[in-house]
Amino acid sequence: MSASHSPASRSQTIHRVEVRPGLGCVDVRGSSLLKRVIADGGAGARAINYTQVYFLSGDLNQVDLDFISRQLLADPVTQVAFTGASAIPNTGCTIEIHPLAGVTDPAAESVELAVEKLIGKVVRVQTGERWDFHGASVSEGLGVSAKYLANTVVQAVHAAPYMPTQFPAGAARVVEVKEIPLLKLNDDELEKLSRQAHLFLDLQEMRAIQAYYRGLSREPREIELETLAQTWSEHCVHKTLKSRVSYREKSLVMGSPSLLARAGKISGHSLGEVGEMVVDNLLKHTVAAATHSLMDATKPGSIDWCLSVFVDNAGVIAFDDTHALCMKVETHNHPSAIEPYGGAATGIGGCIRDVMGTGLAAKPIACTDVFCVAPPDVTVPKGCLPPTRVLRQVVAGVRDYGNRMGIPTVNGGVWFDPRYVGNPLVYCGVVGLLPRELVRGVVRSGDRIIVLGGKTGRDGIHGATFSSAELTDSHADEFSHAVQIGNPVTQKKTLDAILAARDSGNKPLFHAITDCGAGGFSSAVGEMAKDIGAVVNLELAPLKYQGLTPTEVWISEAQERMVLSVAVANIAALQKLCDDHGVTLCDLGEFGTPNKELILLWNDLEMGRLSMDFLDGGLPNPVREAVWDGDWHARYAPVAAPAQKRSGGMLETLCALLAHANIGSKAWIIRQYDHEVQGTSVIKPLVGKFGAPGDAAVLQPLADSTRGVSIANGLATGLAADPYIMTLAAIDECVRNLVCVGTDPTKIAILDNFCWPSCKDPRHMGSLVRASEACLDGALAYQTPFISGKDSLNNQFTTETGETIHIPPTLLISGLGIVANVERAVTMDAKMPGNMLVLVGFTDDRMGGSHRVVLGDCVNTNMQLPMVDLMTGPKTARAVAACIASGHVTSAHDASEGGVLLAAAEMAFGGDLGVEIDLGAVPCENNISLEARAFSETPSRYLLEVAPENIASITTMLAGVAHAVIGKFNNSGLLVVGNEKISIGALRAAWESAGVNW
Amino acid sequence: MKSLKALVITAPGINCDLELSQAFAAAGAKPESILLSRLIRNPTLVDQFALIGLPGGFSYGDDIAAGRIMAALMRREMYPAIAAAITRGTPMICPCNGFQIAVQAGLLPGPTTSTNLHSSTSSKSGAWPNLAAAPTVALSTNIGERFHDGWTCVEIPSNTKCIWTRGLSLKQDCDMLPSAHGEGRLMTDVKTLETLEKNGQIALRYAAKDNFNGSMNAVAGICDPSGLVFGLMPHPERFTRWTQHPWWTRLCAHTRSGDALGLSIFKQAVAFVGGGEQAQIQIANRESAHHNNTT
Repeated sequence: MSASHSPASRSQTIHRVEVRPGLGCVDVRGSSLLKRVIADGGAGARAINYTQVYFLSGDLNQVDLDFISRQLLADPVTQVAFTGASAIPNTGCTIEIHPLAGVTDPAAESVELAVEKLIGKVVRVQTGERWDFHGASVSEGLGVSAKYLANTVVQAVHAAPYMPTQFPAGAARVVEVKEIPLLKLNDDELEKLSRQAHLFLDLQEMRAIQAYYRGLSREPREIELETLAQTWSEHCVHKTLKSRVSYREKSLVMGSPSLLARAGKISGHSLGEVGEMVVDNLLKHTVAAATHSLMDATKPGSIDWCLSVFVDNAGVIAFDDTHALCMKVETHNHPSAIEPYGGAATGIGGCIRDVMGTGLAAKPIACTDVFCVAPPDVTVPKGCLPPTRVLRQVVAGVRDYGNRMGIPTVNGGVWFDPRYVGNPLVYCGVVGLLPRELVRGVVRSGDRIIVLGGKTGRDGIHGATFSSAELTDSHADEFSHAVQIGNPVTQKKTLDAILAARDSGNKPLFHAITDCGAGGFSSAVGEMAKDIGAVVNLELAPLKYQGLTPTEVWISEAQERMVLSVAVANIAALQKLCDDHGVTLCDLGEFGTPNKELILLWNDLEMGRLSMDFLDGGLPNPVREAVWDGDWHARYAPVAAPAQKRSGGMLETLCALLAHANIGSKAWIIRQYDHEVQGTSVIKPLVGKFGAPGDAAVLQPLADSTRGVSIANGLATGLAADPYIMTLAAIDECVRNLVCVGTDPTKIAILDNFCWPSCKDPRHMGSLVRASEACLDGALAYQTPFISGKDSLNNQFTTETGETIHIPPTLLISGLGIVANVERAVTMDAKMPGNMLVLVGFTDDRMGGSHRVVLGDCVNTNMQLPMVDLMTGPKTARAVAACIASGHVTSAHDASEGGVLLAAAEMAFGGDLGVEIDLGAVPCENNISLEARAFSETPSRYLLEVAPENIASITTMLAGVAHAVIGKFNNSGLLVVGNEKISIGALRAAWESAGVNW
Repeated sequence: MKSLKALVITAPGINCDLELSQAFAAAGAKPESILLSRLIRNPTLVDQFALIGLPGGFSYGDDIAAGRIMAALMRREMYPAIAAAITRGTPMICPCNGFQIAVQAGLLPGPTTSTNLHSSTSSKSGAWPNLAAAPTVALSTNIGERFHDGWTCVEIPSNTKCIWTRGLSLKQDCDMLPSAHGEGRLMTDVKTLETLEKNGQIALRYAAKDNFNGSMNAVAGICDPSGLVFGLMPHPERFTRWTQHPWWTRLCAHTRSGDALGLSIFKQAVAFVGGGEQAQIQIANRESAHHNNTT
């Protein structure tokens, strides 16, 4: 659709070109699909052939067509091109899949660009897929397409070769100012309007807007209401986390501590009349308060390396004297539920833009990804995609965007729980590098509003409000317009141009920069202009096709767009850089108005006018009810498998745990990501000769310095029965992972990403309060400041029968650390026969939420949740870090999911060494069972490999911290515990089994 | 020896230009990145450089097929300037997307095996033909269908003419190279493959156990008859420091004291141009042309 307002958009003959493998060349896509269909027991097809289809419309003669089909579309060595539609297999069927009108089609855009560059003609192109199923009926073919190939949210499916008579062409429309009658509406009508117009504002917010316009004694215009809805959306302002909360406790179980005692003791926490705790602005007095307290220069040992927190698109910390690092983690859950490929790709794409828009532009140097999905065997309600399809497509989306941008994806994880079936979680993180003196940008009055990158289309309308809604079985239809396909090369070009504009002169060519994310221009320009106002000429935005209303232009979330504040004097230089890089530049208006207003024009016709003060400050802040009901909340404990009889052997249990989806190999995902582009990787996701699970990624961002950055995450959803305990465990795990690779424990920054069910339910609000309070306690105890965070608070799915499936409250903690010298980094694979295995940390038998329990038939009876000791945890981390820094630790691994025995097994097969383990030596209360010693998931524990001659010095460094030698590595190729033994190869095979059939 | 200038050609979607420049620098050359759009405006810029690199990435998105658009542009706009540089004896390395571009732009496997060789009179003198050869080698979708990132053990055929790899000894099992691509399965016709093998134009192979993309004869990289132009799917520019190796923490200090394999490859080319071997390469060119005429 991209070249649509070229002359070529006049209806013209459309040429169809098919490209398929030549004689004797393997049809990889066809045969892979066939393999998958057969593996899944699918019926029908004997053979499947794939053909790429192109439609070209434009003034093309035969010579042009031959050149295009033979030289441009087909590979002369391995492919053949065919003009027209070839015959349907006589004993089979043909299924074709084509993008719907308006859906981004990068291949088509490439062909249009190439034809223009190579034969100087403007053409319009559409692409499609043709699948020939030999020996399969049409219904079988359609079945395969529906299961593996097509998503009707963005694609059309045809049961025969498809030949469009003409391409859809938008028509310019008459623009008029549209008023929405609001002043006279009663409460019911206000709520009805909010829902029907997809504003997703609650009654109090609608009332506030009504009052504002009654003050102005005029009705709001459509574009003003939309602007308010975008800006006031949960996605953009985190109004729930920032609200005033009244917190009560109904019941405490499973070892959950009470939090009421902190009322009156902690700033912003006061005691209410009936003994409840009132927190004024939850986010400010928990997550943010921890950071500001740690940064308080009046306190001894305060942190001085946080350069920008909570104010920019990403948090920024110091890297060295001249460089800074930033990190941002986003979620893109609802789009990924409906269209996993596009949802995940635009998720990582958007997070990359956040980093590009941090300070005066940072260069993205690493991506992370964490997915929460349902297990393959779950029953799938109507309106949901099968979980295997979701995970494969989500991985493909992250892969294609990250790889094409040239950013290594270096760290991540997957968590399986049936309750993610209708609402999977897709976390995407990005780390950036920028010069220290460019950490802050300031928009200047009189600067031009410059947009770089992609064109604006109707795609992605209402993404911000959609993300604040709740998914139902009809969302795929209702919100298909919120879903998009990205085009990474557009963003790569834009990044190159922006970095050139930042670095080519002695000063950047722009004063400020931000990305177009949720809310599109309305949020980006609104945010940049909030202190000075702006005049926007909407008709100037470059469009993918004609026919958009001014409101659509203003709120479209079309991808790959950045907004810059540029002095008039620098426009020409910036334009030249953009031309060199093939990037579209648009001057959308001017920052600064006399009365600090947002003025939206279309060819001088005023479409809307809003006071910045109301837009930025008019959002009501009601008191939200929060109740902690531990009994009720116990429903969020992981779903335990039906007790299955095992021989009772400890090693059989170990193998079952190694093969568990949460624990087993993710190599099938990791290997699809280019985790080494930019040449910076020092510790990769898979370590050791045979690819064992590393604890954290380590990068060397600068070729001429061995200073490194480490990246890890912590996720403890197994403990979701109490998010306070869960959150502390996640922070502890994130710190453990970073410490194990050699990170300086005094230079760790963390990020919070809440994904919660609807907090309109006071019980979910209660669990959100507990998680937030744990963020405060954990960050202070570990001295790990939060530098950035995000929340997504409506993660539940309502089936057609009206049953609502809530996700377990899920909090991802991402960590960014400094490694003083990457050449001293440590990996988890065991190195040397004869070395000792040292367990650091005290083990107890609180096994609630552990994988051993989920496996079924757990004998241990203590089902309390394992709670981090906020004194011991940080002390242990620092002691272990000191051991590693001393150079006396040859490998280090944290004991997390699956427990100590499993972590030891991973170290052994990672280094292809045998190991003999004495569970009797595990530091713990004498009375606890061997099962608990082996499989309990007590936090704050580490396994270290130490040469015998260094044990003494390690012991001194661990003075005051529970630790013991619990084993010894050897050349036997066996893991031996008690009177049981198993080969290292068998353990590795069990772990790898989780990664097959994907 | 004054440091030699290395040209790194970039374009929209190219994303391995930085590490390629760093590899040239680590090997003692002086890298400079230039956008293809600028080179097209002034192709003679190429003449200032002693080495050329065509980096990896997803040029122009690789949406039709890897390297397709960039190759068409190179063939049309840059071929004469680059052919002239090669004729002058300028080494050129094309990793990953660069390799995919080079085989479609008529730069690899180069004149002797190219179909239009005999139409060219100039090849007798060892100079490249004025017309870019039609493609005879393709890099197709990996046999496993998916993009794959991993390190493989590699082999260097003893008869290779490639000035980047010839004579490098690969004894240790840690002499590996990283690959990361979705379209790296080398395909060609049997006759071309035989000629390449016989001609010493196979510059690099995956160890038999590591041929993950299903390339014919496990070929990972080839060179032109002069041995100057080296195209390969692996990324030697990503292995210039030992800490980039996938299990460097297992390697002893002694092993890590030597050059990493990737760095050695770049050093070899820099030494080659530094050591004034251009004369020899002219002879090599003549020989290959002669050899070709007699077959």
